[in-house]
Amino acid sequence: MSARLVFLGRLEDIAGMGELAVNPGPLEQVLAALDPALAIELLGERVRMALNGALLGDGGGVILAEGDELAFLPPVSGG
Amino acid sequence: MAEVRLLGEGFSPTDALAAFTAAHPEAGGIVSFLGQVRCEGGPNAVEALELKHYAAMTLPGMEALAAATRARWALDGLLVIHRYGVMHPGDPIVLVAAAARHRRDAFAAADFAMDHLKSQSWFWKREKTARGWRWIEPRPDDHRDLARW
Repeated sequence: MSARLVFLGRLEDIAGMGELAVNPGPLEQVLAALDPALAIELLGERVRMALNGALLGDGGGVILAEGDELAFLPPVSGG
Repeated sequence: MAEVRLLGEGFSPTDALAAFTAAHPEAGGIVSFLGQVRCEGGPNAVEALELKHYAAMTLPGMEALAAATRARWALDGLLVIHRYGVMHPGDPIVLVAAAARHRRDAFAAADFAMDHLKSQSWFWKREKTARGWRWIEPRPDDHRDLARW
């Protein structure tokens, strides 16, 4: 079992993948294990996060549990 | 009730609108908006457009938007259809239709729903031109449009 990161929009191109299985744990620890260039993009001020489909106010204190899905959402453009 | 659809394949806006209209004979007016992939020439011509969505949030967000629209205006019905996937010039992207007893409610509801679909729904758009694929960021206009409500 593991947790999952989901990269939306241009973040998918930067990551080179749409999803990534990671070890559960505090978000800082999860991000520290990634390519630093990707981690910096994920922490961009215009990138929002959603845990299991629910938008987070900010990433502070997020601890990923087994089976959790954390999505990184850059600015949207629909229609 | 509102009818909300998130589609991965092409649809016929005329068929969808005909069915919606037939389902709301009590409405005095129906306002619809159709967004489609622009056909234009020149070096910046869009050859293809791709909309990505996020299954955990996109459709639930569209349903919440439809509910908010229904709650704000007196409508007989509301239809919201949005595509995801790869589209080409001339393909429909989004169709919003609002049916109401009186036209003002229908105009305003369709306008409100479209402004929020453009800049507050969980879609990410990229366009392919002769120079390749490029992600589209929201325009300042989109945020100004949202501030109207």
